[in-house]
Amino acid sequence: MTIDQSLPSQRVSDLIDITAGEISREIFVDEAIHKQELENLFPRAWLFVGHASQVPNPGDYFSSWMGSDPVLLTRDDRGEIYVLLNSCRHRGMKVCRYDEGNTMQFTCPYHAWSYSIDGSLVDVPGDLHGVPHLKSAYQGQLEKAKWGLVRCPRVHNYKGLVFATWDEQAPDFLDYVGDFHWWLDNLADAFDGTEGGTEVFHGVLKWRIKSNWKFVSENFLGDTYHGASTHASVEAVGIGPGGKGKRRHGERQNQGGFSKGRMKTSFRLGHGASDNLDYELPYPEFAEPELTEYFEHAWNKRAEKLRAEGRPLGGRGPATMFPNMSFAAGFPRSILVAHPISPTETEVWRWFLVDKDAPDFVREWLRQYYMRYGGPAGMTEQDDMENWDYATNASRGVVARRYPYNYQQGLDREQPSELDRAVHSDHAIAGEVNARAFYRRWAEYVDNLSQQELTERAQVDERIDRIKERQAKSAAELEGQA
Amino acid sequence: MSTLTHEQGKPQLVNESGLSKPQLRELLADVSDFLYREADLLDERRYTEWLELLDDDYRYSVPLRMNVPFADVADNENTKLGAEVCWFDEPKSTVEFRVTQLMTGVHWAEEPVSRVSHLLTNLRLTRVDLPEVEISGRFLVYRNRVSDETDILVGRRRDVLRRAGDDWKVVRRTLLLDQSVLLAKNLSIFI
Repeated sequence: MTIDQSLPSQRVSDLIDITAGEISREIFVDEAIHKQELENLFPRAWLFVGHASQVPNPGDYFSSWMGSDPVLLTRDDRGEIYVLLNSCRHRGMKVCRYDEGNTMQFTCPYHAWSYSIDGSLVDVPGDLHGVPHLKSAYQGQLEKAKWGLVRCPRVHNYKGLVFATWDEQAPDFLDYVGDFHWWLDNLADAFDGTEGGTEVFHGVLKWRIKSNWKFVSENFLGDTYHGASTHASVEAVGIGPGGKGKRRHGERQNQGGFSKGRMKTSFRLGHGASDNLDYELPYPEFAEPELTEYFEHAWNKRAEKLRAEGRPLGGRGPATMFPNMSFAAGFPRSILVAHPISPTETEVWRWFLVDKDAPDFVREWLRQYYMRYGGPAGMTEQDDMENWDYATNASRGVVARRYPYNYQQGLDREQPSELDRAVHSDHAIAGEVNARAFYRRWAEYVDNLSQQELTERAQVDERIDRIKERQAKSAAELEGQA
Repeated sequence: MSTLTHEQGKPQLVNESGLSKPQLRELLADVSDFLYREADLLDERRYTEWLELLDDDYRYSVPLRMNVPFADVADNENTKLGAEVCWFDEPKSTVEFRVTQLMTGVHWAEEPVSRVSHLLTNLRLTRVDLPEVEISGRFLVYRNRVSDETDILVGRRRDVLRRAGDDWKVVRRTLLLDQSVLLAKNLSIFI
């Protein structure tokens, strides 16, 4: 192990040895590194803020977080979506402490500076509108246009999924996600393939865990290896669509379990998914015939649409969009964000999606399934938190920190992909290729490479070259034997 | 059946059965004793016996709490049972799933088992319509596990009980947990 353990390290990339498949525990517990993440990663990456269906009408808002900063997702009088820093420009008071609501004006409780999202009153929604004693206190000199709520300069509404970044220099959203967008499409499109045909259930699960946020991202990024042990108890019960005793994701019994034909997909840009687009797992069979019928119809309609577009039907995750948005686009269909609080504390938020035009019986079945499956009360996720928390806890010790974690599954066994700058695992369940790519990208951001350098580094995926070299070598060996 | 959400402004007992004050006092003592016994079964992890105290149409509900303006409390402070995302809003069959999971011995969230105490207080009858009674109270659920991991869950609770022979069965349990962001890492115990 060549990782330099002397801290503070100049570069976090020194703590990541993806060639050897070793990553220092420091990146999961160290205060200084956490601060670097907050400074260099979160304000420069595209982050999931909320769903457009949470703010359907003018004046609607939803309180969210981007890294260390509270923000408001708002809709103005013309229907445009904005992301505003939730902190008064005068003394920093959080101008809105409600989780959601409707208002055309945020008035700070401290000194009553007020900010409007009504375009007829201010130039740009979020601008400063009212200031008590404006004339006498500031002799009329206060430049109101300069002191509006800080606006997030880049916001992208992708089929209802609202993302934002603070960095003007960041790449366009579509370049940031690359071919990983197919997974976002499956998340945002309806079960029958209708584009953007989803909304979120009202109610976001929010809970605190004593774990580093990266455990959460990594878990959904492609760690299917944990399922058999971590989720042994829920699988023993069987809480899936098929009824008691049936698999929790709804795989049919003749499909060889959850893994047959599956490969993980790892992007040079850091995103990762537990499956591949050609892994076409049909919707489940339900205990209730009317649900089977509904979802069979949806599957057939989607298959027809996607086949006509030349698009495979797979790509439902679980997956993580770098750095901290995770989701699954099947059973269940849900979004998770791991908000960093400290190196050893994270606030997790979970949203659940449903087709906008789903009939009541489908809506209610999904709601019941989601609640028994996910979140802190969910029979699956409960056991994840136990592992993340106590893994973080037992990695804090002075001696423990001297020993890296092992990320050697599938090392130098990556498989080629037709997707842009992506490779696959060679195993359906094992394989840590996604995590290795995630942490490499993480280190590039945290080491504060410029956006230009970040783009240049990810221009080429040298893993693809190594696959080609390996293939050429084995072809030559075969020829030699012949 | 009204839910806790709409309890405000209706503090009076609704005495449909026309019981006298001494009869109501005796009823409250009887019902309280039942709830304390039930809490003991849970805290002693005697889940099979505990499940027998839940009637077949049992429903267990814990909505999410949200930060809302004073004027919106009645309408929006809690997510809506039966329609929106809640911590729990489920029938007895799902509760049975949870019990099965707790008894597998590989449910890591509760292995090693937590130390749990259910405290009940402020108990009062809010509706008597025999064979059913509705009882309102406060709960404090203390959980300690492994070493220093400690959770304190506090809030309001409303139960509907139904006469079953000499004893009672729980028909409905609705809890309002006084947290919007859950400060416990999970809810792997029954509140």
